[in-house]
Amino acid sequence: MNSASHAIEINGLNRKFGAKLALKQVSLQVPRGRVFGLVGGNGAGKTTLIKHLLGRLTPEQGSVRVFGFDPVTDPVAVLSRMGYLSENRDLPAWMRVDELIRYTAAFYPGWDAAYAENLRRQFNLDNRTKIKALSRGENAKTGLLIALAYRPELLLLDEPSSGLDPVVRRDILEAIIRTVADEGRTVFFSSHLLEEVERVADDIAMMFNGKVVLTGPLDQVKASHHRLILRFDSAPPSPPQVPGVLSLTGSGREWTAICNGGRDEAVAAAARVGARVMAEESPSLDEIFVAWAGFKTE
Amino acid sequence: MQLHISAGDGVPIYLQIANQVKYQVAAGRLAAGDEIPPIRVLAHQLLVNPNTVARAYLELEREGIVQKRHGSGTYITDAGSPLARKERLKILSGRVDALLAEARHLEVDAQELIRLIKERSQSIQPKEAP
Repeated sequence: MNSASHAIEINGLNRKFGAKLALKQVSLQVPRGRVFGLVGGNGAGKTTLIKHLLGRLTPEQGSVRVFGFDPVTDPVAVLSRMGYLSENRDLPAWMRVDELIRYTAAFYPGWDAAYAENLRRQFNLDNRTKIKALSRGENAKTGLLIALAYRPELLLLDEPSSGLDPVVRRDILEAIIRTVADEGRTVFFSSHLLEEVERVADDIAMMFNGKVVLTGPLDQVKASHHRLILRFDSAPPSPPQVPGVLSLTGSGREWTAICNGGRDEAVAAAARVGARVMAEESPSLDEIFVAWAGFKTE
Repeated sequence: MQLHISAGDGVPIYLQIANQVKYQVAAGRLAAGDEIPPIRVLAHQLLVNPNTVARAYLELEREGIVQKRHGSGTYITDAGSPLARKERLKILSGRVDALLAEARHLEVDAQELIRLIKERSQSIQPKEAP
């Protein structure tokens, strides 16, 4: 461990692919010892962001630090502290499971052979199977095994659950929980399975079109969003415009509004357009996400 | 201790855990002196972040439902039972609020609702009164 206060610190990161801005002024802080969930739609820039953490892309503007180190100029310091499971699970197809384990172990002084063997049994992986012959789920578990077995300070997972059945997803969630629970290490993962994010994340960031639209402790994000059921005395001829509301769905006399912060302002604004608040609830992360998705593309 | 968490609804997970423990105390499924699982164990069992479980336990401790014993674990307190009635009412309050909101949607006022509750209560009353 070193003294950097955050596991990950990104400031004002910009990245262009051709004319398209893939990352716009992205700033994020990932505190140590916590689970950080990065959520966003397809093409929001999550994978591009992760490539910067791995030092595979150089920031065009802004800075990226992992435990205080620059992944581009100090890859050894960064990669030796990080376990990474890629979305594509790019493992060498021609190796057998035991060969891959031995091969990976050679790179890491902190490799824990007993832990690796433990995980291999728990995941039901056969030493003699070739990587190319593994099922999608087994491939993910193999990737997870080699990311976990040297007990990295930071576990970095890019869409770990994508396309996997519930049993393998459970193994991945357990690995995340064990990583923070048993040793106080840090997990950073991207996902579009918001129920999973809601279960395991301490902090989140939400990205759309290369921008971080909100970030903070999950509790605060949830507490600052409200779902209001609005009732009009007579059906408005067109969808009502309520200032300060992220999304408004419904028809006829009843509409559902999702708003961020300023709950009282939203209620007052609704009253001005002739609506009463019939009910007020806290939205799920899923609803918050959908509300922001619509808000940003307008 | 069996709890069921649903991540999809709006209620924060720590509150779901705390409420279900209270509910089990109120219902007598957990008694004074019973030990509740260590944070890590429950986190694994429910597949939720350990900090979330810690927060639920802290909340329960603050309300005097559970007590940490030095170096040994977390236990349901004796205060659990006197609190039970208050907790039972608190749990029901949530349901009543939901019922009231629904009644308002249907334009049924509180008086009418109370009448309906009495009526239903009589119709499902077991023969031997408690």
